[in-house]
Amino acid sequence: MGRYLTRRLLQAVLVLWAAYTVSFAVLYLLPGDAVEIMAAGGGEITEVTDEQLDAVRAEYGLDAPLAEQYLDRLGAALTGDLGTSVQTGERVTALIAEQLPATLRLTASAGALALLLGSAVALAGAHTRRPWLRQTLLSLPALGASAPTFWVGLLLIQLVSFRWGLLPAIGDQGWQSLVLPALTLALPTSAVLAQVFAKSLRDAWEEPYVATALAKGASPARVTFRHAARNASLPALTVFGVLVGNLLAGSVVVETVFSRTGVGRVTATSVTVQDIPVVQGLVVLGAVAFVLANLAVDLVYPFLDPRVTTGGAVAR
Amino acid sequence: MSLVERAPRAPHRAGSALRAVARAPGLLLSVVVLVLVAVAALAPSLLTGQDPLTGVPADKLLPPSAEHPFGTDQLGRDLLTRTVHGTGPTLRAALLAVAVGLIPGSLLGLLAGALGGAVDDLLMRFADVLLAIPGLLLSLALITALGFGTTRVAVAVGVVGVAGFARVMRAQVLRVRESAYVEAAHASGTRWSGVLLRHVLPGAWGPVAVFAAVEFGTVVLAISSLSFLGYGATPPQPEWGSLVAGGRDYLATSWWLTTLPGLTIALTVLAANRVARALDHETREAP
Repeated sequence: MGRYLTRRLLQAVLVLWAAYTVSFAVLYLLPGDAVEIMAAGGGEITEVTDEQLDAVRAEYGLDAPLAEQYLDRLGAALTGDLGTSVQTGERVTALIAEQLPATLRLTASAGALALLLGSAVALAGAHTRRPWLRQTLLSLPALGASAPTFWVGLLLIQLVSFRWGLLPAIGDQGWQSLVLPALTLALPTSAVLAQVFAKSLRDAWEEPYVATALAKGASPARVTFRHAARNASLPALTVFGVLVGNLLAGSVVVETVFSRTGVGRVTATSVTVQDIPVVQGLVVLGAVAFVLANLAVDLVYPFLDPRVTTGGAVAR
Repeated sequence: MSLVERAPRAPHRAGSALRAVARAPGLLLSVVVLVLVAVAALAPSLLTGQDPLTGVPADKLLPPSAEHPFGTDQLGRDLLTRTVHGTGPTLRAALLAVAVGLIPGSLLGLLAGALGGAVDDLLMRFADVLLAIPGLLLSLALITALGFGTTRVAVAVGVVGVAGFARVMRAQVLRVRESAYVEAAHASGTRWSGVLLRHVLPGAWGPVAVFAAVEFGTVVLAISSLSFLGYGATPPQPEWGSLVAGGRDYLATSWWLTTLPGLTIALTVLAANRVARALDHETREAP
């Protein structure tokens, strides 16, 4: 278990470093008019003199050779300094810390909802004996995966808030305002989860242990929920680890649609004004979310499948 | 495309495809939707005679009717016309995005699978890292650096797909490399590059094409999301995502402004995914 964990932690650190490097390469190496935009203070682009450009380059350390810039910034990032926002002058880490709780509430509820919806649809589809119901349930994920998130959000606002007057359309007040955004964000994730889980449930039913359990007199329900579900949940869990990063990214769209505050909203505005340090901080945050989610999955894995830590062959 | 025709299982393609369509009415419907979308992109004037940019102020915010099947917007412009004319830019962006992922991605995958060893390790670790950054965030970072506009959005979305294509291609190359016909070509003295181009690539191509079809639905969603956020076409040019965004201010009164262009996106993606699934089935069933 100890060696298993150490290896996973090392991998996580490596992925974070690489993600930082990729985002640095994208944002600082690609040709763009970033310096001019920074010189204009993140606002409308006005006439900027060469002296002003040089001053900005010096201020943000953009006049140094790229390798030096990279090492400087990476060193700072290791001590928890991701630079300062061009637009507001605020430290990027402080900005993210301030906005993160609202987004965490949204993504955590959406993640829980996605797990619930996805497994409910897959289990019900696997268990039902009525062909039409099975057909309907198992075609739901394809619908959920095809609908654009922003459109689903706007439809929900129209129906639930405006037509039926049940829940608030926008804002960030209490749990009522969390229901629609969380549902919107959960839908695409739950669709993918349901597809993966339904497929692995189908595969699990072909396994000899299911035949054994049935032959020993276990009811189909017991076989589905106790035997098949446990084994079939492994691929779904792996996929969920990957999807957590997408939940964070999806908050960019969902927070905009529902006019909520949070990291997603900050991302949207930072891209609009090309606030490079903030955007880089957010990309790194996305990678952190991915890494943490996968570490969590790695921790849960051995409990579901003890072969993982003993180095047995496991299809992952 | 000639590569596909040269693949060993080409002969019965058309026949089996027809039979598959007859067996699945949903698939037929999906093909019809995609053909309509293609017509809208290539020749919008065939589907609508009106102008997408000029409106009739007296006819503003009309609900859907026989004359205006999608209704009209706040400037009295026909929404169906704008949706049809928005298809071209959206679809071109989607195809560009798929190409941006497909070409470098398959080349990298081919290289990794063919060379193996340290090159393979390095390339695949790089692909893993790209997959660790949530796709939309990576696109947003690229847009920050590149600037706004439909083409740049397409490139930013396409780059995200590189890692996926590389993985699929590598897996196929590794599979095909072991097969008897490649070993035979090798044994009969064909040069390595010849084996790669004439035997490995055509054999590996099928699943990569299926992945491209799946990717098409994904990039249409990503491009319209970014266009919705305002990084795509500049108004008044219509684009699927920006059309939905334009209707946001009239949510409470004019439902059609957001609902119908959004439904167009959803149906297109659904149809593309359905066709991708049928293609997947085809390539798997074939020997």
